[in-house]
Amino acid sequence: MMIGDWLDIGSVDQITPGTARTLPVVGADEIAVFRTQKNEFYALVNKCPHKQGPLSQGIVHDNVVTCPLHNWNISLKTGEALGEDKGCVPIIPMKVDAGRMYLLRSAVVGSRAA
Amino acid sequence: MNAPATLMDKDRTAPAKERLVVIGNGMAGCRAVEEVIARDPARFDVTIFGAEPRVNYNRIMLSPVLAGEKTFEDIVINGEDWYAENGITLVSGDPVVAIDRATQTVVAKSGRVEPYDRLLIATGSDPFIIPVPGKDLAGVVTFRDLDDVDRMLTAAEKGGSAVVIGGGLLGLEAAHGLSLRGMKVTVVHLMPTLMERQLDEAAGYLLKTELERRGQTIVTGGDTAEILGKDGRVSAVKLKDGREFAADIVVMAVGIRPGTSLAKAAGLEVERGIIVDDHMVTSDPAIMAVGECVQHRGACYGLVAPLWDMCRALADAACENPSGYEGSVTSTKLKVSGIDLFSAGDFSGGDGAEDIVMRDASRGVYKRVLVKDNKLVGAVLYGDTADGNWYFDLLKKGEDISDIREALIFGQAFASGGARLDPNAAVAALSDDAEICGCNGVSKAKVVETINAGACSLDAVRSTCKASASCGSCTGLVERLLALTLGSEVQSGPKTMCKCTSFSHEDVRRLILEKSLRSIPQAMQELHWTTPDGCSSCRPALNYYLLCAWPGEYEDDQKSRFVNERLHANIQKDGTYSVVPRMWGGLTNPRELRAIADVVEKYNAPMVKVTGGQRLDIFGIRKEDLPAVWADLNAAGMVSGHAYGKSLRTVKTCVGSEWCRFGTQDSTGLGVKLERMTWGSWMPHKFKIAVSGCPRNCAEATIKDFGVVCVDSGYELHVGGNGGIKVRATDLLCKVTTEAEAMDICAAFIQLYREQAHYLERTAPWIERVGLDQVKAGLFEDPESVKRLAARFRYSQTFCQTDPWAERVAGKDADLHQHLAEVRPIEVESA
Ligand code: SRM
Ligand SMILES: Cc1cc2nc3c(=O)[nH]c(=O)nc-3n(C[C@H](O)[C@H](O)[C@H](O)COP(=O)(O)OP(=O)(O)OC[C@H]3O[C@@H](n4cnc5c(N)ncnc54)[C@H](O)[C@@H]3O)c2cc1C
Ligand code: SF4
Ligand code: FES
Repeated sequence: MMIGDWLDIGSVDQITPGTARTLPVVGADEIAVFRTQKNEFYALVNKCPHKQGPLSQGIVHDNVVTCPLHNWNISLKTGEALGEDKGCVPIIPMKVDAGRMYLLRSAVVGSRAA
Repeated sequence: MNAPATLMDKDRTAPAKERLVVIGNGMAGCRAVEEVIARDPARFDVTIFGAEPRVNYNRIMLSPVLAGEKTFEDIVINGEDWYAENGITLVSGDPVVAIDRATQTVVAKSGRVEPYDRLLIATGSDPFIIPVPGKDLAGVVTFRDLDDVDRMLTAAEKGGSAVVIGGGLLGLEAAHGLSLRGMKVTVVHLMPTLMERQLDEAAGYLLKTELERRGQTIVTGGDTAEILGKDGRVSAVKLKDGREFAADIVVMAVGIRPGTSLAKAAGLEVERGIIVDDHMVTSDPAIMAVGECVQHRGACYGLVAPLWDMCRALADAACENPSGYEGSVTSTKLKVSGIDLFSAGDFSGGDGAEDIVMRDASRGVYKRVLVKDNKLVGAVLYGDTADGNWYFDLLKKGEDISDIREALIFGQAFASGGARLDPNAAVAALSDDAEICGCNGVSKAKVVETINAGACSLDAVRSTCKASASCGSCTGLVERLLALTLGSEVQSGPKTMCKCTSFSHEDVRRLILEKSLRSIPQAMQELHWTTPDGCSSCRPALNYYLLCAWPGEYEDDQKSRFVNERLHANIQKDGTYSVVPRMWGGLTNPRELRAIADVVEKYNAPMVKVTGGQRLDIFGIRKEDLPAVWADLNAAGMVSGHAYGKSLRTVKTCVGSEWCRFGTQDSTGLGVKLERMTWGSWMPHKFKIAVSGCPRNCAEATIKDFGVVCVDSGYELHVGGNGGIKVRATDLLCKVTTEAEAMDICAAFIQLYREQAHYLERTAPWIERVGLDQVKAGLFEDPESVKRLAARFRYSQTFCQTDPWAERVAGKDADLHQHLAEVRPIEVESA
C-alpha cells in the first residue's frame, strides 16, 4: 500500500511518560500526543473545549489531563470534560506498534479546520 | 432500546402517556419538569417551547457573566443531554404565539402545532420599558437574557459611557458589570434611595457611597425625560431637570411585568399575573402556570426562591399527590462583589413596629431589625450579613423573640447566649428547614442529610444536592455544616489534602520526614493514595513538600508542575507566554532596557508593559521562541523574574535615603540585597517583599509577605500582608537595628513559612490559621531559632539559585519547547 491508513509520527521514547508533545498539522488543528504514566498513548486536538487552552501543557494524571488555563479535567480516552464541566474535544485514533506511534491518517487530515 | 419483545407488545397496549407541553424554557419551566420527572418519570411526554435559542440556564447568574466572573457554559443548568436522557423534546428559538383551548393545542411562530393534555405556562416576565422618546434607538437594551448580556458586552468592548436607568437589584448588577468591563457608568434612579424596595435610607446611603467610591455616578431622584440619539444610536440621556449624561449604551432596568399576553389572549383569568390556585392551576383545569408570570394569593414574585416552592406544589398536584403552595416570604442579596447587603420582610416601620438599630461607622456596618408583637418582621443588614439567614429564619417562622430581644441586634451568636461569636454554634442553631442555599432552595436538613449519606466534601455536597453550586455565597455555611455533621470524623480524619488521600497536609509533610519518603510515587504508595498517580492538586503539592524536605537530594518533577513553572513563563489566554526578567529591587539600566527593547522588536512581541511589581513584562512569545528570547536576555545579564512561580516574585523598593528627603535608611540597597538572597527559592505560594525608606511607606511594605519599613533607629519588620482578592495588612513582627539582622530574620521567616504552610497557602492565610504568636514562637522562643532557620534557608538556596532560563538556553528539557513533528497533509498524500 502506498499510503497506509496509519501515519507514523515517530518513536515512543520521544515522549516522557506523564507528559504530552505537540504535532502541528498544516491547514488543520494542532494535535497533542499524550503518554500517560501507565504508558497508554492518546491523541487529541490541542484545544480545550472550554476556551481553547493548549491541553498539551496541562498536568497529566491517570488518563486525564487538567487544562492549564482554568483547570478543566479532560478525559484522554474520550476527549470529554469530566465532572461538572461540559464539552468535548475531538480525539484522533492512535496505535503503538513495535515502539512506533501511529495516528489514523483520515482523522489527522479530518481535524483540518473547515 | 433492547427490551424483550413481550414487554414491547405490552407497551403497545398500554394507554398513551399524557402530553405535557411547557411554554417557557426558563428557570421555573424546567424546574417544574425536573420536579415532575423526579416523582414520576413515565407519566408525561414532555415538549418544551423556548423563545430563546438555547438550553436552560441559571438566569440569576447573568450578572456574574456580565461582570466576567462566569461564562455562559458555567451557568447552564440543563444541557442538551438532560433533554435527551429524559426524552424531552426541546423546541428552542421558536416562541409559542397562541393557545387554542378548544382543540387543546399550542401554535408556535414557525407554524408548528402541538397538542397537549396538560399545558404549563412559564413565560417569566418582560422588562418594563419606560415610554420616553428615544426608547427605540439602537443601543437601548434591557437586562433579561443572554442576548442582552451579549449586547452589553459588545458595547463595553468599545469602552465609553453607559447609563443605567433604574437603581434596583438588576440595574445595580448591570452597572457593576459594565463598570468592571471598563465603561464609565451612570445610574439614574427615580427614587431618593437606591433599592428602595429592599433597603431603608441608611443602607441605601451606604450603598450609594460605596458605589460612588468605586467610580460610578449615582443620580437619585433622577426622572428620565428623553433618550437622545445620533444617527439612530443613543448618545445621551436627558433628565427632566435638564441634566444630560452621555451614553453609548442605555440599560433599562426599571422593573418587570409578568408575561401574561398568551394567557390573556386565550381567555384565562389574568390580573397583574396569571391567576393560579394553590396547586398552580389556572382558571382552565388543563392549564397550569408557574414562575414570575403568575399571581398567587394576590402576590407576584420576581425572585427565584418562591419558584422552587411553586414547582414542588405543581409537581405534587400533577402527579396526583397534591400538597399546595402557600406563598413565600422573600429575602434579597445583591450580587456585587465586595458589597454585603441583605434584606428581608417589611422594614417600612408603620404601626406598632419597633426598630432596633446598630451602627459601626468605622467598619461601615449597619444593621436594623424590626419587631412587631414580639415577632421579627423585617431586617436590613449592610456590611455584615453573617446573620441574614438566622433573621430570615426567625421571620419566616414568626417565632416569639421576647427572650432574646436584648441581644437580637448583635446576631445569633450573642442572642443564643453561651457560644459567643462562634460561627459554628450559629450554624448549629439554625433550624432544620432554614434555607442554606437560596439559589437552589436547599434547606439545612437536606444538606445534613446529603452529608450523612456520604458526601463528605464540598464538591460532593455540590454535586449531590446542589447547595452552593450556583452563586457560591453559601459556601461558608456548607463548610460549617460539613464540619458540624462530620464532627467526630473531623477529629479522627481532618481535612484531607485532596480527594486522592485521607491524610491532611500536615500529616503528609510529617510523614515525608518520618518515613523518609523521597519521591512522588513512593509517597503515594506509602501513604495509600487512592488514585493511580494523583491529581492536578496533589502532584504539585507533593513535589513542593519533597523539594522543601530534601534540598539538594530530591529531583524536581517537571510533569508535576503547573505549566508556568515548567516553562518558566506565564501562559496567556491565547496559549502564548509572557516573559518577565528580574530587575533587582526595581532598578534597571540602559543595557537591560536595550536588551528588552531588542527582544520586543526581534520577536514581534505585541505588548510590553510595566508590571505592578516594578519591572517589565514582554507578552506574546511562543513556547518555541522562549529559549531564544531568554538567551538574548541572559546575554544582557538578566535572569528569570519568576513572575510565574510559587516562589519569590519581586522586592519592591522606594528611593530611600540616597535621594529622598525623608529617607532614613538605604531602602533600595537593602531591597536589592534581600532579592539577591531570596530569589529562586520555591515556596508554598508566591512571596513578595518590599522595603520602604520611611513610614510614608511608598513601597507598600505593609501589604507584602515580608515588609521592611525603615525608621531612624533601624528597621521595622512586618509579615503576612498581601493585596489581591482579600487584602490583609501586615502584622509587626519585630524591630531590629542593623541590615544584617533584618536579612537573617527575613531568611528565617521564609524558611518557617516554607516548612509549615500548606501548599498554595500564602503567608496571610497561614498566619491567620496558626496565629501570629505561633510564628513568633517559631522564630524567637529559642535564641538560636532564627540562626538555625536562616541556615537551612541559605543551604537550600545553594541548590536553587541557578537561572532556569540559562539552563534551558543550554538545552535542558528541550522537548518542552519543540514540537514532536509537523504534519503537512499535502506532502503526506503524495508520498
Ligand atoms: C503582570 C502582573 C500585572 C501587571 O501587569 O502589573 C500580574 C499578573 C498576574 N497576576 Fe498578579 N500580577 C502582577 C502584580 C500583582 C500585584 C501587585 C504587586 O505585586 O505589588 C498583586 C497584589 C499584591 C499581592 O500579591 O499581594 C497581584 C495579585 C495577584 C493575585 C492575588 C493574590 C492573592 O493572594 O490574593 C493573583 C492570583 C493568584 O496568585 O492565585 C495573581 C495572578 C496573576 C497572574 C499570574 C494570573 C494568572 O494566573 O495567569 C497574572 C499573570 C499575567 C502574566 O502572564 O504575566 N496576581 N498581582 C503583575 C506582575 C508583577 C511582577 O512583576 O511580577
Ligand atoms: C440579571 C438577572 C439577575 C437576577 N438575579 C436574581 C437573584 O440574585 N436572585 C433571585 O432570586 N432572582 C434573580 N433574578 C430573577 C430570576 O432570574 C427570575 O425570578 C427567574 O428567572 C424567573 O423564572 P421564570 O421561569 O419565571 O422566568 P424565566 O427564567 O425568565 O423563564 C421564562 C422563559 O420563557 C421564555 N418565553 C417567554 N415567552 C415565551 C413564549 N411565548 N414561547 C416560548 N418561550 C417563551 C423566555 O424566553 C424565558 O426563557 C434575576 C434576574 C435577572 C434577569
Ligand atoms: S493581570 Fe491580575 S488583575 Fe489583571 S486580569 Fe490578570 S489576574 Fe486579574
Ligand atoms: S480553556 Fe481549558 S479550562 Fe478553560
